[in-house]
Amino acid sequence: MSDAAAEATSAALPRARTDWLPLALVPVLALAALPLVGDLSAWVTLTLAGLAMGMMIFLMASGLTLVFGLMDIINFGHGVFISLGAYATLIVLGPLAGWASADSVTLNLALLLLCIAVAMGLTAVVGAVFERVIVRPVYGSHLKQILVTMGGLIVAEQAIHAIWGASPIPIPLPETLRGAFVVGDVVMERYRVVAVGIGLFVFAAMQLLLNRTRIGLLIRAGVENPEMVEALGYRIRRLFVSVFVAGSALAGLGGVMWAFYRQTLTAGMGMDVMVLVFIVIIVGGLGSVGGCFVGSILVALVANYVGFLAPKLALVSNILVMALVLIWRPQGLFPVARR
Amino acid sequence: MRSTLLPPAGHDETRQRRGPVAWLLSSDPPRSWILSLVLLGIVACLVAAPFLFPGSQPLGTAAKICVFILLVASYDLLLGYTGIVSFAHTMFFGIGGYGIAIALERFGPSWESVAIGMVAALALSALLAAAIGLLSLRVRAIFFSMITLAVASAAAVLASQMSSVTGGEDGLSFQLPAELRPAFRPLAEPLFGITVNGRILAYYLIVAVTAVVFLLLLRIVNSPFGRVLQAIRENEFRAEALGYRVVAYRTVASVISALAATIAGGLMALWLRYNGPDTTLSFSIMIDILLMVVIGGMGTLYGAILGATLFVLAQSYLQVLMGAASEALAGIPLLPELVHPDRWLLWLGILFILSVYAFPGGIVGHLRKDPRP
Amino acid sequence: MAEGPADPLLRLEGVQTHIGPYHILHGIYFEVPAGELTMLLGRNGAGKTTTLRTIMGLWRASAGSILFDGRDIAALPTPDIARSGIAYVPESMGIFTDLTVRENIVLAARSGPVDKARLEWILGLFPALKRFWNLPAGHLSGGQKQMLAIARAIAEPRQLLLVDEPTKGLAPVMVRSMIEAFRALKAAGETILLVEQNFHAASQLGDNVIVMDDGLVVHSGAMSELVADKALQQRLLGLSLDAHQ
Repeated sequence: MSDAAAEATSAALPRARTDWLPLALVPVLALAALPLVGDLSAWVTLTLAGLAMGMMIFLMASGLTLVFGLMDIINFGHGVFISLGAYATLIVLGPLAGWASADSVTLNLALLLLCIAVAMGLTAVVGAVFERVIVRPVYGSHLKQILVTMGGLIVAEQAIHAIWGASPIPIPLPETLRGAFVVGDVVMERYRVVAVGIGLFVFAAMQLLLNRTRIGLLIRAGVENPEMVEALGYRIRRLFVSVFVAGSALAGLGGVMWAFYRQTLTAGMGMDVMVLVFIVIIVGGLGSVGGCFVGSILVALVANYVGFLAPKLALVSNILVMALVLIWRPQGLFPVARR
Repeated sequence: MRSTLLPPAGHDETRQRRGPVAWLLSSDPPRSWILSLVLLGIVACLVAAPFLFPGSQPLGTAAKICVFILLVASYDLLLGYTGIVSFAHTMFFGIGGYGIAIALERFGPSWESVAIGMVAALALSALLAAAIGLLSLRVRAIFFSMITLAVASAAAVLASQMSSVTGGEDGLSFQLPAELRPAFRPLAEPLFGITVNGRILAYYLIVAVTAVVFLLLLRIVNSPFGRVLQAIRENEFRAEALGYRVVAYRTVASVISALAATIAGGLMALWLRYNGPDTTLSFSIMIDILLMVVIGGMGTLYGAILGATLFVLAQSYLQVLMGAASEALAGIPLLPELVHPDRWLLWLGILFILSVYAFPGGIVGHLRKDPRP
Repeated sequence: MAEGPADPLLRLEGVQTHIGPYHILHGIYFEVPAGELTMLLGRNGAGKTTTLRTIMGLWRASAGSILFDGRDIAALPTPDIARSGIAYVPESMGIFTDLTVRENIVLAARSGPVDKARLEWILGLFPALKRFWNLPAGHLSGGQKQMLAIARAIAEPRQLLLVDEPTKGLAPVMVRSMIEAFRALKAAGETILLVEQNFHAASQLGDNVIVMDDGLVVHSGAMSELVADKALQQRLLGLSLDAHQ
């Protein structure tokens, strides 16, 4: 860098302050729950369950929030990709059932990764078609988007019924992923640990992409002002489609993890989890990946703690979290600046 | 060339020669010969249903059509005229149903109970609709839709959990007031060959209430208030800049829409003599409403009549056709599953998507060829 | 209409623009000669911003042709128009507030890293940007954002700069800096089409002037001509060019 530019970094600058407050909510919440739960090992189990669930919801929701933030498209059919991803595991489990029952970590993990790969491939392709056929004609009209993507969801769910049948299908966890690690009094389910690992990895990868690459720069700029990005000479439409496809693939990944978590497949599972996804992206702030991450963990932790402490309230705890967050920050935890 | 804020008041010419029909329809006629004929046909069949189609199943279908006409029309007020996408509509439908059910179950089968139940339900709906309106209509439209989705699912959960009050998953069964029971015979002699009993009276109660509330809604959307709603739907910022308090108008529209849906819920419960989460609160009903309002024609109110009729008839009778087709196609991979009667929603969903793209005005808009804004 | 010795870099012929039901531009004809600064003046609502946006393809011209360097760009999508060598600085500046100053400029340099010498020159024109180099652009003041917007437009050499009201809302000292910056750009040989309401700034910078009213061009010619003719100024703009904003 030249002298002039080098001077820029050395001069005394006001430090850019990251918004720590929402991030702090997570550990604060977890620690606050400890005395309420009372028992350390129970708390660890609940916290881990919450983190795992949070990661999976993050995977399912991140694509949607990015698509909305960047393209201003609301895709109520996002649940399609979750369901598809989940059912895609059947494609792999059919021929490779042996890998699931084998008592080998390598084979089991390989199986999981293969399921993920197939699911993401399938949902990426379906995502591209969905964008072209269903979404693109209704760019610009939120009302039509809501209606049309809802329609897509209905049709897709029925198609799944037609192809795979209407009854729930059980999905067995691979052998070595069953059970739990036991450390003293504390029980940590193996699959949940894997889920947390995968979730963190994906989050880190997304942050790297968004903050260190030119494409990430384009996405962040596009979320704020797509028109200006075009005026700078970038064909942002192509980027849009890629982001939509990536979002669908992420949902597919989330679907696979969710399928193994629930160990059952139902055609409506994508739709069922959509309410949670919507709550999470509202809480996080539409368009913010970081917000989605924090929001998912918060909502999942609350659901687990409340499920233990006051089971009757568990199902409405999400709404309460959403209401509280919106009262504090009406645009969500990390609102994204928009033109 | 400046456009005016409000869409042109419909058919000022007809104001001069305002006959009884125009007054009844609030100067908002079907405006298409085919449409008028179809609507007349539907209305005639509904009014004469007990005599034209004897039997409990056809009568049940007719009653369901009436209830859904009202429910979908109330949703059209919100979606088609005010431009709000809410997924919480079934909540108000459910409140109406539960209001009647709880009142009749607790306080005995009398007209007083019906009145208490209905009034309580209307009050609760009005309160909730106002709360949702005032709190959520300030946020972006997307937020609002998602929030209503969350609220509706919470309502469904609450209803199944508060089993002491609502009967939980099983719902509530109850007795109707004496005049509405099948054993009641107001006329000693059969009329047109049909024995008139309390069931038929119940049916005509539903038809009458539906007609009155529908015409009221028609009056409301054609009033100055209704026109401001449409202006807000077209261009919210402009309306706000011209001094109309958008949130206030939307909230009032929400409340009116919720009240009509509540009445529909009450009627449904009265007919079924039962109310449960699956008959009123389920999300699939919400989807059905969306299908009906879009296929019928958003922003027309008449679309509700067409959409509800088409949908309920298809639900009851198309499935039979599909069943036959499915058997005929047995042996071919995948096709029999696609036309299986359980998959009728698949085809309706496709029709729905096509309607949004190709027929934004729905059937009514297509018949009219110049869809109302 | 004064015809320069060379072909004009930009020429609009019969350009009309409709936005929804509104007919904004009713047939625009003007030329922008290469290497000079052309001012686009006019009252509020005359259609100046619409003209710039139409050239940039952000709003589609419903009729007419826009010839840039001989090519008709009227039907091209915005990114292609930008790539053919036109840079745009909108009235709202279009700064990406979540991105740092550095990232804003990096993004503007489409073909690769910014040329060091050029960056030196730009930072010389707008020294304030140095201080906020690694901070989110949202932290900049209004005037600094304006400078960033222009810095972005010239991060890579462009044939034509379209700038919409760069001095709007700026304090007088910032307006002076802005005028100096444009003088430097002119000296470097840039072709600029500048929309301004600040007639005083306009008269100092413009080589040529185009006046618009109600979606039509009502006058075009040399700036010196307009400056000399007070009656003409009064008639066209409603006030004299000596008046400050």
